[in-house]
Amino acid sequence: MFFTSFTSFMSPDMPRLVGQSVPRKEGRAKVTGQALYVDDVTLPGMLHGVTVRSPVPRGHIRGIHFGDGLPWDEFTIVTARDVPAPNRVVLIMDDQPCLADEIVNHAEEPVVLLAHADKMLVEKARRAVTIDIDPLPAVHSIDEALEGGTIVWGQDNIFKSFLVTRGDVDSVRDRDDIHLVLDIEYETGAQEQLYIEPQGVIAESTADGGITVRGSLQCPYYVHKALVTLFGLPGHKVRVVQMETGGGFGGKEEYPSLIAAHAALLARKAGRPVKLVYDRAEDMVATTKRHPSRTCIRTAVDRDGRLQALDIDFIIDGGAYCTLSPVVLSRGTIHAPGPYFWPNVRVRARAVATSTPPHGAFRGFGAPQSLFALERHMDIMAATLELPPDEFRRRNFIKQGQTSAVGQVMREPVDMDQLLDRALTASDYHAKVKRFAESNPHSRVKKGMGFATFMHGAGFTGSGEEHLASVVDVEVTAEGRVRVLAASTEIGQGTNTIFSQLAADALGVELDDVEIVQPDTAAVPDSGPTVASRTCMVVGRLVETAATSVKAALIEQGALREPYTPATFKDACARYVAEHGPLRRSSRYQPPPGVHWNDEKYEGDAYGTYAWAAYVAEVSVDTTTFETRVDDFVAVQEVGTVIHPVLATGQIEGGVAQAIGYALYENVVWRDGRMANAQMTNYIMPTSMDLPRIQVFFEERPYAYGASGAKGIGELPMDGVAPAIANAIAQVTGTMVCRIPVTPEALMEEMLAPIDG
Amino acid sequence: MADSLHVEVRLRVNGRDTVVRAHPMARLLDVLRQDLHLTGTKEGCGEGECGACSVLLNGELVNSCLLPVLQADAASITTIEGLSQAAGELHAVQQAFLTHGGAQCGICTPGMVLAAVSLLERHPNPTEAEIRSGLAGNLCRCTGYMRIFEAVLQARRRGQALESSA
Repeated sequence: MFFTSFTSFMSPDMPRLVGQSVPRKEGRAKVTGQALYVDDVTLPGMLHGVTVRSPVPRGHIRGIHFGDGLPWDEFTIVTARDVPAPNRVVLIMDDQPCLADEIVNHAEEPVVLLAHADKMLVEKARRAVTIDIDPLPAVHSIDEALEGGTIVWGQDNIFKSFLVTRGDVDSVRDRDDIHLVLDIEYETGAQEQLYIEPQGVIAESTADGGITVRGSLQCPYYVHKALVTLFGLPGHKVRVVQMETGGGFGGKEEYPSLIAAHAALLARKAGRPVKLVYDRAEDMVATTKRHPSRTCIRTAVDRDGRLQALDIDFIIDGGAYCTLSPVVLSRGTIHAPGPYFWPNVRVRARAVATSTPPHGAFRGFGAPQSLFALERHMDIMAATLELPPDEFRRRNFIKQGQTSAVGQVMREPVDMDQLLDRALTASDYHAKVKRFAESNPHSRVKKGMGFATFMHGAGFTGSGEEHLASVVDVEVTAEGRVRVLAASTEIGQGTNTIFSQLAADALGVELDDVEIVQPDTAAVPDSGPTVASRTCMVVGRLVETAATSVKAALIEQGALREPYTPATFKDACARYVAEHGPLRRSSRYQPPPGVHWNDEKYEGDAYGTYAWAAYVAEVSVDTTTFETRVDDFVAVQEVGTVIHPVLATGQIEGGVAQAIGYALYENVVWRDGRMANAQMTNYIMPTSMDLPRIQVFFEERPYAYGASGAKGIGELPMDGVAPAIANAIAQVTGTMVCRIPVTPEALMEEMLAPIDG
Repeated sequence: MADSLHVEVRLRVNGRDTVVRAHPMARLLDVLRQDLHLTGTKEGCGEGECGACSVLLNGELVNSCLLPVLQADAASITTIEGLSQAAGELHAVQQAFLTHGGAQCGICTPGMVLAAVSLLERHPNPTEAEIRSGLAGNLCRCTGYMRIFEAVLQARRRGQALESSA
């Protein structure tokens, strides 16, 4: 077992840090206000930048007019003409310009950049710039994109499509044993990440003609690649430094490349540092959101309540440029069949172009959309079959040895039955269902129970991790300090803390002996982006293996002998460095044995492993105001080894809270391709008054190829909350609840529809 | 803005008297962050919704993004930098946030800690409902608030333990 061999690395007298809730590494700086975020930094001679954006969703730029009464010669002004060719932000398709040139393709697309030392004046100047645009027809919905009356991207408004087939879906319907065929459409809305620190960077030109960017960001090497390509600079002349980052949730995965390019363009032209920090309204109206989706599900079930066929048409709205839509679509596609065994499956998936700002990465990354549809559909099927929803799922859970829709054989044990049992027991589900059925007829506020069962694949999809080939370095100093060098960022989830625990355990040293080097492309290797629930499981494992190599080197050279104490370890480091010079070891990602993905066939092991979960929501629906409240929530999950119980619990609670917002409150209102409610005043995220008690339970089944047995955890809680709540609302109201968010207005329409109609 | 419009404003910030020259309508937030370099007070929304800019003004929790500095003339202000009694020591609420996972990304933390301090001053022995309503003006996107509630409860217990041992 991996776990046993790992334990043997340890000195017997050192307590294991993994599994303990040690204090957050940078926690002291955060609770005292000393932690430095990008807007807290002022450089000498620094200018403030602003962005002038398109007022219309699509059109030809006819001219840019600079209004009277401002000293325009004092401003640094950048337009598409100042952008080196090709004017592109590199990502997947390289279709997005840094600044719009001739044509704008979405509302709020950046067109002009301004910088000035006076922050108030530059804001006044932003309002004084007018962009004259001849409007072109725009595309405002998935339907309009598919109809193709107006083509806004490529030949057919389609960024990417996938087709997954297994067995023969079409022949199933006509079989004698088929008892139920059900065909329903589901929709999910856009969602704003709403990190409390808005996006921002500071860029400066360096004496050697290079660029340094400091910013609030998740993926330093994404920004590095975008700037190297845009400015045609060698890699060592571009330096990207991550500042303390006030939340990301995916929102600071790809967007910082664009804002960094803007700040760098201004800084190079001005010859002075430029700070470009968005205010809340700009951040909400201009940056990426979760992809809206529409999912049509057709299923066939036999007389015994066993799933026989699944036919899904899954569509996500990517907005005006491709950004990450193909990979969001891929994750959504692979998760669409849920944690069930389907003998016959067809998933047709498409990401389409519309005229809104591009949608992008957001915790869950396509899975919350397709799993909402499927888990709602499972309940509707169960009700139609007159089977209890738990019993129906139990008959169909995927098991060890069975094969997923994309051909992945589940090699590890999967025990969804046990997770569901624990969740139903912890929430007192069955007793409450019975009790509410008795009390609801006499009550204006009606109560209900709903649940969802689901999974989340950890790490990059398919061959992604192999392509990334992430690297982590660990080094020791003559003073015996252990330094972890990785580009993985601390964005609140606990990277610094868990990396310290893992390195300290691997080397048998104290937690405080470990230093996590600030992510800075001039100093750290590329350990890949901080996304996809991969930091602990994948990168953490590299931290362990690099640390283990350091220890092996110390022992090999005779500097260290086991058993040892933290103090003798320090002596060993001093001896080694004095005799041999610096000691630094790298670890590069190797795929676990037997894990293969075929990109061409879109088939194979989609993920190294999955986290599995069963979530239960208890809700109240006020039948006068149509408001829904979540009164209690139980989240049970199997996530491998829990490295840090408090951090892990915090990840689940925070994810559940964000997903309660997704289910009930967070409604992006689109008007002519533009977010009309780009304010915290009328885009409502959950407050301390809105959330129920959230009870979190972990099943720990160590994963042989994750750090100390860990699996990914960050995205999982986003996937199952909305369907659990929608299932509860449906149980209470008898309505279909096929769309989220379930705002009071939406629920009123649905509940009153039969009376009106 | 032209200097002629600026006025002198007297503030007592974290126990120290100071005079700043500022436009009378300048936001207290900007004066704290830019003129006094107290960047622990954060801007999350600029419209009084998120509470990241919370400070204590004469003991009351206020959103410093909504307060013209002239209105703070002669006031006593506590920011996160002035919370602990001695250098290098943490206030009981800060310690509880650190121990119980009340801070994740940290951007709401200074405001949230001050809101918790204000809450415990008004309700030394708060119920869960009082904790929830006391923190309702401070948004956190990371934690789902559960660890923050726990931190407030633990800070209260710690405070009580200190009192009874005194």
